Amino acid sequence: MSWLWFHKLGSPPHFYRMAGKIVPWLAWPAGLLCLAGLVMGLAFAPADYQQGEGYRIIFVHAPAAWLSVMIYTVMAVSAAVGLIWRINVCHALAASCAGVGASFTLVALVTGSLWGKPMWGTYWEWDPRLTSELLLLFLYLGYMGLRGAIDDPSRADRASAVLAIVGVVNVPIIHYSVLWWNSLHQAPSVMQAGKPTMPPSMYVPLLLMMLGFTLYFYAIMFVRARGEVLRRERNARWVGEALGAGEAA
Amino acid sequence: MMHWLWMGGYWPYVWPSYLLTLVIVFINIAAARRSHREARRDAQRRLQMKGEQP
Repeated sequence: MSWLWFHKLGSPPHFYRMAGKIVPWLAWPAGLLCLAGLVMGLAFAPADYQQGEGYRIIFVHAPAAWLSVMIYTVMAVSAAVGLIWRINVCHALAASCAGVGASFTLVALVTGSLWGKPMWGTYWEWDPRLTSELLLLFLYLGYMGLRGAIDDPSRADRASAVLAIVGVVNVPIIHYSVLWWNSLHQAPSVMQAGKPTMPPSMYVPLLLMMLGFTLYFYAIMFVRARGEVLRRERNARWVGEALGAGEAA
Repeated sequence: MMHWLWMGGYWPYVWPSYLLTLVIVFINIAAARRSHREARRDAQRRLQMKGEQP
């Protein structure tokens, strides 16, 4: 198996050009999928037999929660690859994930809280799922704080990578918390082995939203990473060629 | 329409959830574009100072 593609991805000019080409192919399908998911979820999906119309929060809550853990995993893997193979682009990718991940963790917590009030009678409970998700937010904030606190970029990369890698242990804890401990939070209804516990009229819009959010994240990550790569490589010769060649994206 | 907006009485929970998500989605788009634009502008400025950019 050739590792040429891997080494090419690690090359900043190649990554910069490739990411610029990929972004529209992610952003437009993301917008269309989210639009379709929203229309189906808000207008066509039936009300839940127990939770009534209140369950419709799931169409934003579950994709945000999915993004919060997926982004952290992407961030930790990028940081690990950057740390092990000393690939600068991977550190740029990891740095580009943190802000987006933190914002969607906040969305997952707030929308979960808004869902919890009418269903559980409380906005917040120190439940294993909620607590581990809150810990995830602190991990993101810690990662960003650590990066911001160290002036030397390569030291900041290494220190934040270690934090990201250590913190990834929280990802399976979040997922399995509802199975391992007694929890107010419902068991997984989408991310589980076997058939989903929802009818297709609810499941399909949810899946569309999750896929749309995933593509949206990758589009955002590549745009941010391009900026990050430019900042790190601003004195390199290829930057002049890339910007001088009418690069406008 | 009013019936749909009412969300079976759950509107104070459902609509703020959607609004917050929408705001975060657009903030992330704006922040990413701005970050890339600023990095490009900074790189262009450096190139102009070095006399490499027309």
